Amino acid sequence: MREQSKINIKNLNFYYGEKQVIKDLSLEIPKNEIFAILGPANSGITTLLRTLNRLCHLTPEARQEGEVFLDGKNIFDSDVSVTELRRRVGMVFDVPTTLPMSIFDNVALGPSLRGIKSKKILEEEVEKALRMSALWDDVKDRLHTPAARLSGGQQQRLCIARVLALEPEVILLDRPCSALDPISTAKIEESLMQLKEELTIIIAPHSIQQAGRIADRVAFMLMGDLIEEGPTQDVFSVPKDQRTNDYLTGRYG
Amino acid sequence: MKNFKENLSERIFFLLALSALSVLALITVFIFIKGVPIISKVGLKNFVFGMKWAPSQGAYGIFPMIVGSISVTLGAAIIGVPIAICCSIFLAEFAPETLRNIFRPAIQLLAGIPSVVYGFWGVLFIVPLIRNYLGGPGLSILAGSIILAIMILPTIISITEVSILALPRHYKDGALALGLTHWQTIWFLLLPAAKSGIVAAIILGLGRAIGETMAVIMVVGNAVALPESILDPVRTLTTNIGIEMGYASGEHQQALFATGIVLFIIIMIMNATAQYITRKK
Amino acid sequence: MRINAKTTQKIAKTIIWTAALLVLAVLFSIIIYILAKGIPMISWQFLTEIPRNMGRSGGISSSIVGTLLVTAVAVIVATPFGIGTAIYLTEYTQESKVTRIIRFSAESLAGIPSIVYGLFGFIFFVIYLKMGWSILSGGLTLAIMILPTIIRTSEEAIRTVPQLYREVGFSLGATKWQAITKTVLPSALPGIVNGVILSVGRCVAETAAVMLTAGSTLRMPTSLFSPTRTMAVHFYILAREGISMDNAYGTAALLIILILLINVGFNMLVNRFIAKGR
Repeated sequence: MREQSKINIKNLNFYYGEKQVIKDLSLEIPKNEIFAILGPANSGITTLLRTLNRLCHLTPEARQEGEVFLDGKNIFDSDVSVTELRRRVGMVFDVPTTLPMSIFDNVALGPSLRGIKSKKILEEEVEKALRMSALWDDVKDRLHTPAARLSGGQQQRLCIARVLALEPEVILLDRPCSALDPISTAKIEESLMQLKEELTIIIAPHSIQQAGRIADRVAFMLMGDLIEEGPTQDVFSVPKDQRTNDYLTGRYG
Repeated sequence: MKNFKENLSERIFFLLALSALSVLALITVFIFIKGVPIISKVGLKNFVFGMKWAPSQGAYGIFPMIVGSISVTLGAAIIGVPIAICCSIFLAEFAPETLRNIFRPAIQLLAGIPSVVYGFWGVLFIVPLIRNYLGGPGLSILAGSIILAIMILPTIISITEVSILALPRHYKDGALALGLTHWQTIWFLLLPAAKSGIVAAIILGLGRAIGETMAVIMVVGNAVALPESILDPVRTLTTNIGIEMGYASGEHQQALFATGIVLFIIIMIMNATAQYITRKK
Repeated sequence: MRINAKTTQKIAKTIIWTAALLVLAVLFSIIIYILAKGIPMISWQFLTEIPRNMGRSGGISSSIVGTLLVTAVAVIVATPFGIGTAIYLTEYTQESKVTRIIRFSAESLAGIPSIVYGLFGFIFFVIYLKMGWSILSGGLTLAIMILPTIIRTSEEAIRTVPQLYREVGFSLGATKWQAITKTVLPSALPGIVNGVILSVGRCVAETAAVMLTAGSTLRMPTSLFSPTRTMAVHFYILAREGISMDNAYGTAALLIILILLINVGFNMLVNRFIAKGR
């Protein structure tokens, strides 16, 4: 195990009922980097992300084999608190999912679930999170208006802020820009580049180009198999596997 | 500790969820306990098919009321169902946006008006109309049917509209793309596809009609006799209870509960049928 | 003779428009007639004085108070049970025999005529539990009557909350209980409130069930164990026994205004306060 690896996945298999969606996958994800997982649809990427904070266990027929270590501790161990895990490993979904409440309440939701009641502390946390996701200047004058009135890009940055308010160590982003225009996408990518100073980012990018722009390392998955993994430069310029090459050059996907 | 709290909340919700079942059981048990003795005393056949209702003489036959209930309900169906289906097609397919925004709340309001007010309006308008133009006392099956037809509209309209709107959009697009007119699409495609929902809506509407009391009391005349025409007064199962519960005691009161049992059974059969039809889909 | 498709469509459209307009006309004629006759009867005295002389003169204050109390008891009792059932059905179980039985019970309750509720309330609350004709008996009977409405509307409201909202809750580290109370219920609130408001309207309008359980005294209630005559029952007795047509119209108009206010008030409530986050 590398010294600075944040997440270490060992021989992970994942099933929905009879269907196997992740096949014997092993992967190390280093700290303070942006790690992109590429692949065509139905490659198991969403499932992989959702395994890392055990969100897929909400599906009744889901089951997994193997181990996932977060800072050396297996997240499937029975003494791991799922709620605590999900606070440490935050998640942003592919469509902006602001809840039907005010901007402030959306961001304050995580801390208040953690039991923080003090209005003052909540205000501080909300401001900090909004600043980190570069949304503060846009919304500081209308924190108590409905989140739904924000633009799509702002809503997605709000979702990122909502996760950041948990002060997580890892954030998972599942095609966070797939519903957004290029300008909003650029803003989000910019904030991700800054955020990696403080935490570890795992992203399923919505395009190969996005991975090229922001990722330090990339992995390529195909139908549940991890095909290859390495520094972005290496994988993009000299892919080791023919299938990776085919995908990157647009033969399929 | 946290798990304990989670388990406890699940238990509590489960207990709350049992309320509907336990209440239904309680209702059944209590109505039956109170009503069954008199049925067994006079005999089921004499009770259901008996022609004479004279509590002071110990005669408890409810056949005229069964006929009364069925006839006003059928009348309501004949008048109300076509209008209700027209209205739901109107809402789902034809109504311009502004009119729809008036119509929907209006239908909701129609459901909210107290049934006594319908009855009162019936006495003031429908009953004299019938008496003056069609003859008879005015208080009649027809008057009851008209009032009930209005009262069951909201039930039928809302459920029918929902089942039309629930049809996949491509049904309609596909038919229109084949060159059918809008009406042909509705008639040959949407209505047949929504059939089970519509049938369930009608059954529930009729259930409401057969169970309605206060509006009917005021317009049907309440005479205990077999009607010969739709202009004759009748008494229904519900009005029998509504009128006499106020002063009945002893066996008489039991006989009213027994009337309730008959009503209860009819309604449960209708409900179960409606639920079966919607579920089969 | 073959009628072509265009003509058929025209005829059908005409019939449908006629039916729809007829229904609107009937509805408005009922409401306008009652309001026109009744509103002139409503005065400060009418609202604040208790009925005198069997309701021939005086106001209807005791009936107003009785109506509000009976309705309050019903809604306060039924709401937690209704919402709890809805939460259990949507959040805690898969479809199973148990949920089918619960749903069957709720839907069956919804179909039971109010007069049967009246019979049950009479034999169970008034006689068996010895509560007598009282606000409590009437309210509890109505609570049972509106239970299925609250269950169904709450269940629908909760079901329309996107699955993603729950996942957002869980992904922020919520426990199941927190996900329900902090993300699901707030999103479902307008629908749930709608069901409760609908039920308030039904309680205010109900006659048969309360007549058999709450009694018909015109005295001002002094506790939940006092008997009372609700406005709908009062109107029924005034109109049926021809005691006072003027006061009957006044009571009916007040009932309709109340129902209108409940309907309109709900929409305003949702728009102003609850939907502010949408």
